Amino acid sequence: MKVLVPVKRVIDYNVKVRVKADGSGVDLANVKMSMNPFDEIAVEEAIRLKEADKADEVVVVSIGVKQAQETLRTALAMGADRAILVVAANDVHQDIEPLAVAKILKAIVDEEQPGLVLAGKQAIDNDMNATGQMLSALLGWSQGTFASELDIDGDKAVVTREVDGGLQTIKVNLPAVVTVDLRLNEPRYASLPNIMKAKKKPLDEKTAAGYGVDSSPRLEVVKTTEPATRAAGIIVGSVDELVSKLKEAGAV
Amino acid sequence: MYENSTADRYFTEEHQAFRQSLRSFVEREMTPYVEEWENLGRLPRELFRKAGEVGIQGVLFPEDVGGSNGDFFMQVVVTEEMSRCGAGGVCASLGSHSIGIPPVVKYGSEELRRTFAIPVIRGEKIAALAVTEPGGGSDVAALRTTAIRDGDEFVVNGEKTFITSGMQADVFTVAVRTDPDARGAGGISFLLVPGETRGLQRHELKKMGWWASDTAQLSFSDCRVPASYLIGEEGKGFKAAMMNFNSERLIIAVMAYSMAQVCYEEALAWAQQRRAFGSTLSEHQVIRHKLVDMAARIDAARCLTYDIIWRHMHSLDPLNLYVARTSMAKVTATDAMKFCADEAVQILGGMGFMRGTVSERIYREVKVLTIGGGTDEVMRNLAASQLGI
Repeated sequence: MKVLVPVKRVIDYNVKVRVKADGSGVDLANVKMSMNPFDEIAVEEAIRLKEADKADEVVVVSIGVKQAQETLRTALAMGADRAILVVAANDVHQDIEPLAVAKILKAIVDEEQPGLVLAGKQAIDNDMNATGQMLSALLGWSQGTFASELDIDGDKAVVTREVDGGLQTIKVNLPAVVTVDLRLNEPRYASLPNIMKAKKKPLDEKTAAGYGVDSSPRLEVVKTTEPATRAAGIIVGSVDELVSKLKEAGAV
Repeated sequence: MYENSTADRYFTEEHQAFRQSLRSFVEREMTPYVEEWENLGRLPRELFRKAGEVGIQGVLFPEDVGGSNGDFFMQVVVTEEMSRCGAGGVCASLGSHSIGIPPVVKYGSEELRRTFAIPVIRGEKIAALAVTEPGGGSDVAALRTTAIRDGDEFVVNGEKTFITSGMQADVFTVAVRTDPDARGAGGISFLLVPGETRGLQRHELKKMGWWASDTAQLSFSDCRVPASYLIGEEGKGFKAAMMNFNSERLIIAVMAYSMAQVCYEEALAWAQQRRAFGSTLSEHQVIRHKLVDMAARIDAARCLTYDIIWRHMHSLDPLNLYVARTSMAKVTATDAMKFCADEAVQILGGMGFMRGTVSERIYREVKVLTIGGGTDEVMRNLAASQLGI
C-alpha cells in the first residue's frame, strides 16, 4: 500500500507572530518556517506503517511556494521515499485555501493511487481544519478524523478518534483519508545520516496550473489584529485575600 | 542577532536541516533535564544513545565507522545548537568522545575501530581522552605515565587528571610514554585502556562549574593492556595529540560564543520585561549599551571563528597562520563569554545571583574555557610564536 502525506510549510511554532502594519495578515518575511507539527505526526505515522510492513511507499506532497521543498526535504530526511512539490504561489504571504489544496490533492491521488492519505488535522497557521474532509468528499472516500491511534487491518483502517468526553473507535474501508491529532505519536528527529540520504531522494516539481486548479484566493481578509494584551496578575498572600479579591471582581 | 537558519557561504541546506532537527532535540531531550543532570553530576547513558541515534556522535567521522563524514561546519552546528541548553558540562561530557576517539578512527587497527569506535559513535559506549597529568597541564611533551612492553601486553603506570567523562567512560585513549628513556615529544604513544582494566582507579573531582560532566582523576597501577591496543605507530603519539588540539580549540571558541549568546538572550528577555524607575530596563541607556556591547562581541567572535574554519577548509593559509588565528579565536570567544556572563548576571541583578538562572550557571563555566584546551596564556604564546613575533 502506498501512503500519501500532504505537508504544509508554516510559520515555526516557536516564532512570536507579528501582524503586518496594514493589518492584511501576519508578517512572514524572513521568519523561520517549519513543517506543520500535525503533518510531522502524519509523516511519522506513515513511516511507522512502512516499518511495520503495512505500507510499502511513503510519498509526501507540499502545495505552496517553491521554498516548501525544504519542508519536503525534512519529510524525506525523516524517512519518506519521495516527494512532490506543487508550486501554487510565488508570494509567501499568499495562502492556498483548503478547497484548492483538496482539489490539487485529488488530482495527485488520481495519479498516484495511494491506499491511504494521512494528513495533519489542521495547519497551525490558519487552523482551518478542512482540507482532509474536503479531500475525502471530492474522492468519495471514507474518512477518519482526529486520529489518536491508527491500525491497518486488511482492507480496513481502525481509527481511534479524540472526541468530546472520550475516545471513539471506528473502522473505515480503505482507501481512506485519515487526519491525525497531537497524541498519535511523537515524531522522530531527522538524523544527520538520513538528512544526507534525503538529498538523493526524488523530488518532482509540478504546478497548480498543471493540474488545472485555480489556486487564487476566494476569501478576502478584512482585518488581522494582535490579541488583546493581558493585564498583569497579582500574587495574593492568603486564601482570605483571594476570596475577597474574587468577590471584588464579582467572580464569586 | 540574526537567526542563523538559512543557507549561506558557510552552511548548506543540509547543515541548516540538521540545525533544525537538533534545535528540537535539544529543546525536548536536553534543556528540560539540565538542572537534574547538574545535580546528579553525570549524564544518563540514555542521552548518549539518543545522541548517537540522531547522528550527533558521528558528525565528523567516516561512514565506515557509522559516522556521517560531515565537514567542520556540521560540527559547528552541533556545538552551537547543543550550547543552547545552557550547560557546558552537558556538551563537554556528551562530546568527550570527539577528542577521545579520533586517534582510534584515524590510526587504530580494524579491531580497535570495530570494538571501540563504532559502539561509541552509536552512543552505546562512552569514550574519554586522558592526556593531562597532575604534574603538568598544557605541556604534553612532559608527560610521565609509562606503558612498558611485556610480551603481548603493555603495563601502564601513572596518573591522569581532569578527565572529562572520566567516571563513566568505558574506554580511555591514554597518552603514554612507551619509551621511558626518550625525553620531550619523542616516545609518546596513544594506548587504548578499557574502563574495566584491573589496576585502574577513578576518583571523582568536584568542580566550580560543568557539574553535569563527570570529571575524574585516574590512577593506573600495573594495568595490563593487550599490545594490540596501541593506537598507530609507537612513539608517534605527540603529533596525533597536537592535531586534536586545533579542532578542539575551535570547538571551544564556538561553545564560548554560543554560551555568551545564551547569556545575552536571557539578559535581553529580562531587560525587556523588568521595569525600574518608570520604564523597562532595556529602555535605560546604560542597559541598552551593555546589551549592544554583548551582541557585538558575540558577533565578532563568531565571524572570526567562521572565517578561520572556512579559510582552512579552502586551504587558503599556511599552517602557522591557521594555528595562530585559532589560538586568537579561542581567546576572543572566551573573552566574549566572560564579558557576557558578567554583564548578564549584572543585568539580572539579584536574580542573576540565584541558582536557576542560566547566566548564573554560565558565569561559573567561564573559567574552564579560558583554561581548558590551552590556557589564555598558552594561546597567546602560541599565537606570538606562530606569527613570528
